[in-house]
Amino acid sequence: MPNTLYDKIWNDHLVDQQDDGTALLFVDRHLVHEVTSPQAFEGLRNSNRKVRHPKLTLAVADHNVPTTDRSKGISDQESKIQVDTLESNCKEFGIQLFGMGDKRQGIVHIIGPEQGFTQPGTVIVCGDSHTATHGAFGSLAFGIGTSEVEHVLATQTLVQKKAKNFRVNVDGKLPLGVTSKDVILQIIGKIGTAGGTGCVIEYAGDLIRSLSVEQRMTICNMTIEGGARAGLIAPDEKIFKYLENKPMSPKGEAWNKAKEYWKNLRTDEGAKFDKEINLKAEEILPMITWGTSPQDVITIDGKVPNPLNEKDVDRKNSLERSLNYMGLKPNMAAKDIKIDKVFIGSCTNGRIEDLREAAKILKNKKIASHVHAMVVPGSGLVKEQAEQEGLDKIFLSSGFEWREPGCSMCLAMNADKLKPQERCASTSNRNFEGRQGRGGRTHLVSPGMAAAAAISGNLDDVRKYQN
Amino acid sequence: MQKFNKLKSIPAYLPIVNIDTDMIIPKQFLKTIKRTGLGKNLFFEMRYDDNGSEINDFILNQNPFNKSKILIAGKNFGCGSSREHAPWALLDFGITCVISSSFADIFYNNCFKNGILPIILNDEKIKELSEYAKRKEEISIDLKEEKIIYGNSEVNFKIDSFKKKCLIEGLDDIALSLKKSDKIQTFENNLKASKPWIFND
Ligand code: SF4
Repeated sequence: MPNTLYDKIWNDHLVDQQDDGTALLFVDRHLVHEVTSPQAFEGLRNSNRKVRHPKLTLAVADHNVPTTDRSKGISDQESKIQVDTLESNCKEFGIQLFGMGDKRQGIVHIIGPEQGFTQPGTVIVCGDSHTATHGAFGSLAFGIGTSEVEHVLATQTLVQKKAKNFRVNVDGKLPLGVTSKDVILQIIGKIGTAGGTGCVIEYAGDLIRSLSVEQRMTICNMTIEGGARAGLIAPDEKIFKYLENKPMSPKGEAWNKAKEYWKNLRTDEGAKFDKEINLKAEEILPMITWGTSPQDVITIDGKVPNPLNEKDVDRKNSLERSLNYMGLKPNMAAKDIKIDKVFIGSCTNGRIEDLREAAKILKNKKIASHVHAMVVPGSGLVKEQAEQEGLDKIFLSSGFEWREPGCSMCLAMNADKLKPQERCASTSNRNFEGRQGRGGRTHLVSPGMAAAAAISGNLDDVRKYQN
Repeated sequence: MQKFNKLKSIPAYLPIVNIDTDMIIPKQFLKTIKRTGLGKNLFFEMRYDDNGSEINDFILNQNPFNKSKILIAGKNFGCGSSREHAPWALLDFGITCVISSSFADIFYNNCFKNGILPIILNDEKIKELSEYAKRKEEISIDLKEEKIIYGNSEVNFKIDSFKKKCLIEGLDDIALSLKKSDKIQTFENNLKASKPWIFND
C-alpha cells in the first residue's frame, strides 16, 4: 500500500502499539528549554529516574534571556532562577547545554537545524509548540507538554495516537516581494486556526520545492497556528547540502548511509490523504494580520473586516472583540494602520535569510521618527554571520537596534515588551491578546514587510520599497 | 495523579471561541519552577484590572462560579502555546473538567496528564448545558459511563479507552511505559544497526 511521508516516519518509530491504536513512539531528538522543563526534571528526581539518553537531548536557554548587554547576568529574579535551574539540571543529568554565554546559544528551533541536531526522518520533540519548525527537514517534529518532556527524558519514547494526513499543495511562482511568511499566513487564513486539528500537514507542490531551507522552516514553524500537530516537507538535495558538515551531522561513512536513507523519505505515488487543499502561488500577496488570531489575515491592499457583514454569531462576537482590542475601526485600510514598534526576530523569521530580506529593504533608508525598531537575531551564529555581512550596520544606520539572540518580544518574557495599546509590526508567529505585552497590539508580517512598516511608520506594501 | 471518578458542580460558562493558552495563563507566570500555585492567575488578564482588583463582570470572579469545577467554553479551547501551565492553572483553581465543541491537540493531551477531563460535545448540547450555568444549577459527570447528567436529561460523550483508564485509576504514564523497557531496548538495538548515525556513535 502506498504510504505518506508521515506514515513512513511513524511506522519506522513504533516501539509498541496497543489494540486501541495507542502507540509508543521512539524519540530520536529531544530539545529542552528553561520554561517547560523544570517541573519535568523535578519529577525525575522525585521518582529517582535518570535521563535515558542524554546524548539525544540538547538544551538551551532562550525564552527568558536578556537581549541587551549580558555581562551583568539576568536582573529579573524569577527569570534568573529558571535559567539557573536549567543549568543545574543539565549538569545533574548529563545533558549538553548552550548557556547564555555560549556563541551557539539561540532560539531552540534555530539552533537545532544550525547544529545538525535536526535530521530528516527523525522524530523530534520539545516542550514548545513551534517544534513544528523542524518538519522542514522531513522530520516528524512536534510540541509536547511538560509531563511528556519528563516521559521522554525517562523513556526516550512518547505515547501517541496517529494523526490524520493532510496535504497542502502550493504550485507556481510567488510574485515579487511575496515570501514564505505570506504563504503560511494565507494558508492559515484559509483553513483557520483549528483547520489542521488532529492532522499532520505535508506541504508539497513545486513552489514548496523551490523554497530555500530557511523559507521552508518559516512555513513549518507556523503549522501549529493552523492547529495541526506537525508540518512536514519531503527532504531533498537542498536539505542534504544544508546539513553537510554541520557539527552534529553524521560524518564519513555514516553520512553516506544516512543520505541513502533520507533520499527515500517521500510520499509514495497514490498515497491517500484524509484532507487536501491547493493554492496557487501567483495569487498570494503580501499579508498582514489585523486581529488577535493568526487566521485574521488580509492582504496589504485590503481592509479590516466589518462585523456587520458576519452572519455567524460566534464569529461576529469574536470580530468585535478583536477590533476592540486592536483599536481598529471596521473597513479601515490596512495601510492606514499606524505603528509604534517593529520587531524582527523569533523562530519564524530570525534566521540569516530573514535578516538579509529586511536589510535589503532598509539599505540607505531611515525608519520613521516615531517608530522604535529592533532586530533580535535567532542565534549567536546568525548574529555573527549577519555582522560578517555588514547587515548590522544597515540596521543600525537605518535606526534599528541590534540585539543579542533569544525569543525576546515574540512572547515578552524578558524585558522586551509592548506597553498597553502600543502597536507593533512583528515577524513572530502569534498575535494573541497580550502576547507581546499586556494590552499590546501585534500585526504579523514578513521581515520585508516589517522593514517597510518601519520606514513608512504605518503598515505598508513591501513592493513599494524593492531596491 | 488525582483519580477522576464522578464530578458534580455548577458549571461556569465562558462563551469565547479560540481561548488560547496565553489567555488561560499569561507568560509572566511561566517563570515558576513548580506545578502548583497558578490558580490565582488563571485567566489573569480577564480576571483582574490594571490595579490588580478583580473584575466583577468576569464569570470566575462571581459566586458560585468561583467554585466551579466544570468550565464550558467556546470551540478550539487551549490553542496556541504548549505550556502545561494552562492545565496546571485550571487544576489549581479547582477546575477538573472542561467542555467544548473542540480542543487544540496539545492542550487536550496535557489535560489527561493532570487528571483533567476534556469533553467534546456538539454546539447544540453545549447550548443546553450553558443554560444550567446561567441558572446556577448543578450538572454531573460520570466518566465511567461516559455521560453527563443534567436535570432529567443525559448526554453521552466519547473518550479514548486508554486515556479513560489512566484517568479513572490515576495512572502514571511513565511507569506504564517503563514496563515496556524490553521493547524499548530491542528497538534501540535494531536502531543502532540500521541507523547508527542516530546515536552519534
Ligand atoms: S521565538 Fe517565540 S515562538 Fe519561537 S520558541 Fe521563542 S517564544 Fe516560542
